[in-house]
Amino acid sequence: MEKFEKLHGIAAPMPLVNIDTDMIIPKVFLKSIQRTGFGKNLFDEMRYNRDGSEIEDFVLNKPQYRNAEILIAGDNFGCGSSREHAPWAIADFGIKCIVSTSFADIFFNNSFKNGILPIVLPQEQVDILMADAEKGANARMTVDLEAQEITTSDGTTIAFEVDAFKKHCLLNGLDDIGLTMEKAEAIDAFEAKASAARPWV
Amino acid sequence: MSPKTLYDKIWDAHVAHEAEDGTCLLYIDRHLVHEVTSPQAFEGLRMAGRKVRAPEKTIAVPDHNVPTTAGREDPAQMTEESRIQVEALDKNAKEFGVHYYPVSDVRQGIVHIVGPENGWTLPGMTVVCGDSHTATHGAFGALAHGIGTSEVEHVLATQTLIQKKSKNMKVEITGKLKPGVTAKDITLAVIGETGTGGGTGYVIEYCGEAIRDLSMEGRMTVCNMAIEGGARAGLIAPDETTFEYCKGRPHAPKGGAWEQAVEYWKTLFTDEGAHFDKVVTLKGEEIEPVVTWGTSPEDVLPITGVVPSPEDFEGGKVEAARRSIEYMGLTPGQKLDEIEIDTVFIGSCTNGRIEDMRAVAEIVKGKKIKEGIRAMIVPGSGLVRAQAEEEGLAEIFKDAGFEWRLAGCSMCLAMNPDQLSENERCASTSNRNFEGRQGYKGRTHLVSPGMAAAAALTGKLTDVRELM
Repeated sequence: MEKFEKLHGIAAPMPLVNIDTDMIIPKVFLKSIQRTGFGKNLFDEMRYNRDGSEIEDFVLNKPQYRNAEILIAGDNFGCGSSREHAPWAIADFGIKCIVSTSFADIFFNNSFKNGILPIVLPQEQVDILMADAEKGANARMTVDLEAQEITTSDGTTIAFEVDAFKKHCLLNGLDDIGLTMEKAEAIDAFEAKASAARPWV
Repeated sequence: MSPKTLYDKIWDAHVAHEAEDGTCLLYIDRHLVHEVTSPQAFEGLRMAGRKVRAPEKTIAVPDHNVPTTAGREDPAQMTEESRIQVEALDKNAKEFGVHYYPVSDVRQGIVHIVGPENGWTLPGMTVVCGDSHTATHGAFGALAHGIGTSEVEHVLATQTLIQKKSKNMKVEITGKLKPGVTAKDITLAVIGETGTGGGTGYVIEYCGEAIRDLSMEGRMTVCNMAIEGGARAGLIAPDETTFEYCKGRPHAPKGGAWEQAVEYWKTLFTDEGAHFDKVVTLKGEEIEPVVTWGTSPEDVLPITGVVPSPEDFEGGKVEAARRSIEYMGLTPGQKLDEIEIDTVFIGSCTNGRIEDMRAVAEIVKGKKIKEGIRAMIVPGSGLVRAQAEEEGLAEIFKDAGFEWRLAGCSMCLAMNPDQLSENERCASTSNRNFEGRQGYKGRTHLVSPGMAAAAALTGKLTDVRELM
């Protein structure tokens, strides 16, 4: 996994609440057996007409947001299915950080596994960032994971919380499986104990 | 010892390692796998030279992509991409040595129906699958939730998941349900109450008389949609109903092991005085047969209601409701039971079990579906299909004018050829009414099986109680 470096980029506003995984990546694009190439279909039904032409007023089609790296989103972002194709599409598009008042649980976990930082903030602070994002391409935000701070284009800083283990993995681009395999002895010991206690499992 | 919730007990029994910051390795007893969210995980193992740690605890079945029409063994029935995914699962299951139910096996079906049906899912277990509706298995008092593909790979390689504990939430449904009100109405009514984000960060335990009175199949319907309320998992404490359902299933314990298991399962309940971080209570007798009007499962109203107006809501929901009403082609104030439909879909991991089939048969027996309505019934597994045929239900469906299909996820998510066309309106027993869920610009109203059957007969959303 790529390391999450300090991010300085354009933020796109998507205030709609309950943006679900079917909006993020419709199921017709889940048929690939690869992890890459989903970015062109990110938000497909909101972003393109049926004939493949772009829907002009969709935020990521606007010239100032085409290279957005941060998404400021409405409440309960990523609700719905467990499809990791959703964060794969977001990462493939180039978005590395999403800010909302809340995220669906599975989407939240999936994001970290793909180098994306989801940040939960109270409504008032999301409102500040949303207003900043509305300013367009000239308003760039900085997301500093190490310091756990977002700085808006006018210099306002907002602190955020992040799980220490997830932060460590993102900053260092660590692969979970390798880390868990280092604990193989604990897993072996648990398995032996559990199969004695619950042999029918 | 301080009193524990059911969730606390299952969690504590599965922690293989706990770090100082509370991050745990949770041991996984059953890993269910399907063709859409697993190919990249198996490929990851292959590239790293890793094996499946516990193939005997891993069960794979293709369900999302498979056609549900006769002669589906013919690869020409699938799109090239779907065929590649199903073939990849065939190959991965064989190469890594996991249990497998291929399309040709009568036991094939939707993974969340296959697991319980074959006795893979048992009380007190941890169950995961790369599918959000894994919550279904919580009906057994098993801690069950959906995971992403990276986590699928992690479980395949290590039989554990990196987890932090969720909070405890209690959803109590008191009293008795009125006639015509089902498990589906309970679970939709709860989401209508809590919202789709109301369960975020929690594991829900459903309890109360109305839940206790449900069959195992009804309990599965309730837990299935815990995820639609945002919860990581839904749980129902196991009881005699649970044990009765499990007994004799192919992979359930036998003989002395059965006695030992039941003894343990009887300890799986929430202790008196255990702490819940959030409590929601609904009165069972106040729940009506419900339908969804919008494009979020929280957009729930009794069938006797009317389409709301965006101004009825607050905050970001005003814009979301305006968008939903426009997408659904409805008008505020319109009576829900006057909305005409084009299609009826009965099936899915929410409502594709034998009792759902029986509920439909009861409404449509000896009747004909409204002319011009497309109506299909897709049993949740080959075994459900076989049983429905044995009970004569299939004949009732066919006589009424329903298409009687082979098992799979089908139009619940429309990854296979079963899809809505633009603006086609569907009464569906599935779990999600998201934009485009059942087909591009398709319009979904979520209902119970009886309500779907009633809609098929009248051609509009209908209060099932009028036909009982």
